Amino acid sequence: MIYLVWLIPVIPFIGFLICGLGRNFLPKMVIGSIASLAVLASFAISLGIFFEFNSVEPIIINLFDWIKVGGINIPFSFQIDQLSILMLLIITGIGSLIHIYSVGYMSHDAGFGKFFAYLNLFIFFMLLLVLGSNYVIMFIGWEGVGLCSYLLIGFWFTNAAYADAAKKAFIMNRIGDLGFLLGVFLIISTFGSVSFAEIFPKAQGMISGDATLTLITILLFIGATGKSAQLPLFTWLPDAMAGPTPVSALIHAATMVTAGIYMIARSNILFTLSPITMSIIAIVGLATAIIAAIIALTQTDIKKVLAYSTVSQLGYMFLGLGVGAYTGAFFHVLTHAFFKALLFLGAGSVIHAMSNEQDMRKMGALKKKLPITFLTMLMGTLAISGLPPFAGFFSKDEILAHVYEHNKLLWVIGVLGAMLTAFYMFRMMFLTFWGTFRGTDEQKHHLHESPLSMTIPLIVLAILSVVGGFIGVPEVLGGGHWLAHYLAPVFEGSTSRLGELALDHSTEYVLMAVSVGGVLIAIIYAYIKYIKNNHVPISDSESRSALAKLSYHKFYVDEIYDALIQKPLDHISGFFFKVIDKTGIDGVVNGLGKGSLEASKGLRLLQTGNVGFYIFAMVIGVIAVLIYSFFKF
Amino acid sequence: MDNITSTIQIVPLNHYILLSAIIFTIGVIGVLIRRNAIIIFMSVELMLNAVNLLLAAFSAYSGDASGQVFVFFIMALAAAEVAVGLAIIVMVYRNTSSIDINVLNRLKW
Amino acid sequence: MSLFYLVAFLSILFSLLVIFTKNPVYSVLYLIATFFTFTIHYILLNAQFLAVVNFIVYMGAIMVLFLFVLMLMNLNKETEPVKSNLLKVIAIIAGGTLLVTLIASIHAVQTSAVSKLPNSDIGLVENLGKVLFSEFLLPFEISSILLLSAMVGAVLLAKKDKRTQNG
Repeated sequence: MIYLVWLIPVIPFIGFLICGLGRNFLPKMVIGSIASLAVLASFAISLGIFFEFNSVEPIIINLFDWIKVGGINIPFSFQIDQLSILMLLIITGIGSLIHIYSVGYMSHDAGFGKFFAYLNLFIFFMLLLVLGSNYVIMFIGWEGVGLCSYLLIGFWFTNAAYADAAKKAFIMNRIGDLGFLLGVFLIISTFGSVSFAEIFPKAQGMISGDATLTLITILLFIGATGKSAQLPLFTWLPDAMAGPTPVSALIHAATMVTAGIYMIARSNILFTLSPITMSIIAIVGLATAIIAAIIALTQTDIKKVLAYSTVSQLGYMFLGLGVGAYTGAFFHVLTHAFFKALLFLGAGSVIHAMSNEQDMRKMGALKKKLPITFLTMLMGTLAISGLPPFAGFFSKDEILAHVYEHNKLLWVIGVLGAMLTAFYMFRMMFLTFWGTFRGTDEQKHHLHESPLSMTIPLIVLAILSVVGGFIGVPEVLGGGHWLAHYLAPVFEGSTSRLGELALDHSTEYVLMAVSVGGVLIAIIYAYIKYIKNNHVPISDSESRSALAKLSYHKFYVDEIYDALIQKPLDHISGFFFKVIDKTGIDGVVNGLGKGSLEASKGLRLLQTGNVGFYIFAMVIGVIAVLIYSFFKF
Repeated sequence: MDNITSTIQIVPLNHYILLSAIIFTIGVIGVLIRRNAIIIFMSVELMLNAVNLLLAAFSAYSGDASGQVFVFFIMALAAAEVAVGLAIIVMVYRNTSSIDINVLNRLKW
Repeated sequence: MSLFYLVAFLSILFSLLVIFTKNPVYSVLYLIATFFTFTIHYILLNAQFLAVVNFIVYMGAIMVLFLFVLMLMNLNKETEPVKSNLLKVIAIIAGGTLLVTLIASIHAVQTSAVSKLPNSDIGLVENLGKVLFSEFLLPFEISSILLLSAMVGAVLLAKKDKRTQNG
């Protein structure tokens, strides 16, 4: 089965071709089935490989020789190891669930076929990203998912704001991609190769804190910043909510945004050998987590809350990477994929029921009308808040334990962030499902539970959110931490340098108790505010306190970018247009033409028609020739 | 004959060159100053003659007969040229009733 | 020797008079005088054939032709067009420059004074004729064609156009 790995990306690609070419004449059920079946087939093959794979070393399947120039050899080959298998399972598994969900969600949309074509294309590129055995193939996938993200965010392109959001996402991704590319170039010049199997053994022999490695890792981290929406390149993700909800679930919760983390986890040995970069990653991740959490406190659009929650959780993952908790960060990727996809799909279900209303101030008391959605979203919220025994608890706790070992202050801020997470998530739940209905009567009439095609994925994901954490139960609680053992070969180089977690059990219990306690306090506070006191967020026209304003307006980051970067660029562009292009280049070109005209105007006056003048000119000419020859000889 | 040739043996060649140059220049000035087409034509003849003289002088001083043959041909040519040139002037006079060259400026810009 | 300088002076004087006289008929007459001095120069060089040909062709034929045409146009002093003074000054300056350049260029070429004429017989009719008909036979024959074409051209040009006469 391992040798069928090349089918895994190819089948969704064929699905893309079929759905794309036949989008106008194939019936909707056919398109939906082909697309979903394509991803399910890839999932089946991935499962097969998962059960079959039991070697410690990665297996490299060479497809064809691709680039062979001078000393550089970049083959087109796939690398199968524990890390890529797990990513395969997530991508194809959650991907197929979202495909099935989209059949119901997008059933009324005119661009149905186009949507599934794009989704399949996205799956194809994402699979290339995780399967590639060298940085260049990873970059193909990297760019490809950026492209598909642009296509899918701007899916309803007739709306100018949505199209702008898509452009914003793509451009911010590109800024990060520049860093990634520079990192790859530096890797080529340092190691002479881009294949993982050749670089990482070589890197083992380098000393910690090597300057070139630090530069490489900083550049790669910049790439990850763009793709995984960290400070300062995170503003595209909330705007990306302009796309349909399944897109947000797939791309911006489960897969694309985790590409950065996957890349860093893959290159863990390089990062472990650069402590400076690790510190930067940890601080950036934590800062992002806190800032996004603060912004999410006052948001009123249900999807925006989830978007900022994604940014915040990604910040936690980077924090984990920054302190060396590679397994913990990857564990969080897994669990986050489950509950965030679930939350987004649930939000999609709510929006669908509310006739495309997204403002939570207009919702309320939906738990009776949408029972399945309510229950599944409750599971997801409990998971993200980090309450045991749900999935999020184990992964977040592992990260926080490593953070505590690294730096106590960071741990305190991390726990604070967890409390904020719980608060705003439950705020969202309470505003949406409890209380009294605040929408219009029209919307009230249309309230209905979603069709089966939408609720079944919700249920599946809810089950995974509940039990998904059990793959990584730490020893302190009696579990065997299957995930750590499974991923040990991948992170071996780093764990041998950084050492295992060395906290004694009592400390760990205390840490767990503190974080759970803090989360419970936050939930109770949210309950008091939103259910007991029936607080409803104020409308846009009323004034807020200064802190609330800062949070509601997203710390004015977009405005800052506009003033710092956009306006100077506009000025420079205007300068180039008016001065250099119009006056300079046009001036030269037009000037040449004008000059010729003026010169000819002057020269034609020589043709006086007067014979005497001609003879005079001849005489002058003869004199000139004589003088010239006189001086020559 | 010997008398004459012994007379001119004393004249250096440079003087002939100088004389010829002066007459040539006078011809050029004549072309530039006058506006009567016929007078201009005559100045051209003057220039031709100056050249003739110089050629003959060179021929005598170097003992080569080709100089004088050349003069002979120049004279034949000058005769032909005068015939045709004057015919043209007569035509011009017939059409414009004037031989002032300033009148003949149709080819101006 | 002094004969040469006298005749040279006369040539220059008459040629100056040619171009500065207002009356065109006088110009023609002065030109004839200039040609006469040239004839004497040829004799001094012992170029006898050339002297005679100069006399007959130039003075006898060409100048007479000029005179005919002048008489045809009935020009005299009053109808002579005059150029502005500025142009005259410019022309004389240009001519002077030309003279200087010519002298200077020729001075750069060293021509030594010859003490004795090497062969003073080449100007005789018989000798010149021998050279003409042996070495330069072809140009001689072609020049006859040249004269023929000149004749034809002159007659054709000067003929009255019948069409313009009637129309």
